[in-house]
Amino acid sequence: MIMFLQNAIRCSATFMFGCLGEIITEKSGHLNLGIPGIMCGGVAGGCLSVSLYMGAIPDPAHPSYILLLLVGILGAIIAGAFLGGIYAFLTVSLKCNQNITGLALTTFGAGFTEVIMKSLEASGGRQHFSVAATYIAKPLPFAESLGWFGELFLSYGMLVYLAIALAVVTGIVLKKTRTGLHLRAVGENPAAADAVGIKVDAYKYGAILTGSSIAALGGFFYVMDFVQGLYNSYQPVEAVGWLAIALVIFTLWRPSLSILGSMLFGALYTVSNFIPISSQVANALISFVPYVATVIVLLSVSIMGSKNVQPPASLGLNYFREDR
Amino acid sequence: MDNLKTVIREPLFHVSKRDEMVGWKKALIYVIAVFAALLFGGIICSLASPKGNPITFFVSLFEGVFSSQRTIWEALRDMALLVSVSMALLPAFKMKFWNLGGNGQILMGGLAANVCLITLGGVIGDFWVVLLSVVASMIIGAIWAVIPAIFKALFNANESLFTLMMNYIAQCCVTLFIAIVVKGGSSVLTDDQLPQSGRLPIVGNQFLLTIIVGALIFGFMFIYTKYMKGGYELAVVGDSQNTAKYVGIKVKGVIIRTLIISGAICGLVGLLVTSGNYANVAVGVGSAKNMGFTAIMTTWLGNCNPLTILAACALVAFINKGMPQVRMDFKMTSDSFSNLVVGIIYFFIIACSFLIQYKISLSKKKKEER
Repeated sequence: MIMFLQNAIRCSATFMFGCLGEIITEKSGHLNLGIPGIMCGGVAGGCLSVSLYMGAIPDPAHPSYILLLLVGILGAIIAGAFLGGIYAFLTVSLKCNQNITGLALTTFGAGFTEVIMKSLEASGGRQHFSVAATYIAKPLPFAESLGWFGELFLSYGMLVYLAIALAVVTGIVLKKTRTGLHLRAVGENPAAADAVGIKVDAYKYGAILTGSSIAALGGFFYVMDFVQGLYNSYQPVEAVGWLAIALVIFTLWRPSLSILGSMLFGALYTVSNFIPISSQVANALISFVPYVATVIVLLSVSIMGSKNVQPPASLGLNYFREDR
Repeated sequence: MDNLKTVIREPLFHVSKRDEMVGWKKALIYVIAVFAALLFGGIICSLASPKGNPITFFVSLFEGVFSSQRTIWEALRDMALLVSVSMALLPAFKMKFWNLGGNGQILMGGLAANVCLITLGGVIGDFWVVLLSVVASMIIGAIWAVIPAIFKALFNANESLFTLMMNYIAQCCVTLFIAIVVKGGSSVLTDDQLPQSGRLPIVGNQFLLTIIVGALIFGFMFIYTKYMKGGYELAVVGDSQNTAKYVGIKVKGVIIRTLIISGAICGLVGLLVTSGNYANVAVGVGSAKNMGFTAIMTTWLGNCNPLTILAACALVAFINKGMPQVRMDFKMTSDSFSNLVVGIIYFFIIACSFLIQYKISLSKKKKEER
């Protein structure tokens, strides 16, 4: 049981990063369907930088924990921001259709990632991944001495705690600060925001780039921590990315709820590993649950029509100042 | 305060909306964009491999499609499938209903066809099996599309997210189907587990039937959107729901009706993919992967105009067919370059829509003092 919960929480970090990234983006009024591609991009960027780092140090079996983590995170963020930048340029500056640009970005991101991962494999760059993964997934030092409590709460790699911290911070920033207020205003009614002097485009760019960087960490985490740097393990990332978009609706655009929602999705995602293999039908049935649950939430949100739980009012619409 | 100076900061350029552009100018912009994108893709591929340069990239691309009769047929079939799905999405998009669920509707149609094949193949006459498969796949596809449409019409539920979720639910249905049908632990549905009798007939060669159906769907949708009342109504709903209301169009009914048509065509494509070409929902779905998404791109890039959609589909089918040859000639290790190049082309063409809708003018220097 503890094993299962542990796995669910570990898995939840992937969803949390993706979901947070998408929440921040959607708060600025942009529905970024490129998140799956961006998460893939995070895999590519993170893995590329890790393998470069591991190749550059004299003793690849014992890298420095802090540096390795930082290099990986930085690589993922750069890749995410690069892809997010393409999306932001096309949708904010060039005012192109958001759905289409997002889908194109997913196509491009998935291709881009596979190209990089394959070339890493061909050049032998991925031989260090399992070593790197043990470092990146290293639990907190005192986890083992605290019994079940330690196992359940302290046994994860740094990135899991980073995800939770980011969720909390995002929640506070969106709810309590001026920046968050402005961002929400931009997402709800950009014309009004513009009229009171908020730099709409700057906020949109900022939100999309931040969101994409955070989402990219999800992909990096999935490969380097959750599946321990396994061969070809980056392929499910795209599907996870779509789930992360679903999760945004499921959590009603609230970062604080995304922590719980991610854990629930994490549990549903991993539960099939803990069911005896004999019942494939049951496995298939369980795989329905996250999607059906999301649909139910989506429907109940729109049927209830309560003001507090609606998506940002101008979600999916581009803002052009000279439009009436 | 006589030395008060207000420096007016003028942005370097100014963006404003353009009037409708002339047709040939639009076409020229798109053609240039496609070439620029292909050139860019070619340069990237050449950088990734020591074997080629951008010119051989074009040559390989052409060779991949036109080197043999079979590849031409295959490209035509792929194009026909893509056109069919795009035509299915077209009315929904014209109505500004973002049906991102093409994948799911295709899957469910294919699944229905396979279920018919397994339960009825060999039991009743072949003709009846095929007929029932066609009906079943169209109905299931329509159901898959109409559920989000009903909730959109009644409660204004966000359709892009709903249809997206329906894709995954459909995928789960296929997994469940395979888990039930395939006994003995393996999760792979092989061709000989399906009965031979009751499959789609082979007309001419194995590709021709798909191409004919694709052409029929194209013809139907061309007429429907251009000359029929239903097509006109959905265009009005897409432009302005209020206008539609005032002239007495039943908006909810139009949304639901349109999505039934959209889903039914997708379901039919599912049948074509599974029961005609590959005879197997798992294999068919693997090879038709993402057709729903690709069709979204082609429909949008084609600007919701059947003829330009046709051109966009031809382009995508051409690149998808040509890229394996490029990969072979350039000795590249991964087949994902195709995705990369297609993605780049999408970006270029998407960016074009900006040039067509807006114009950029350099702002004139104004007086700095006042």
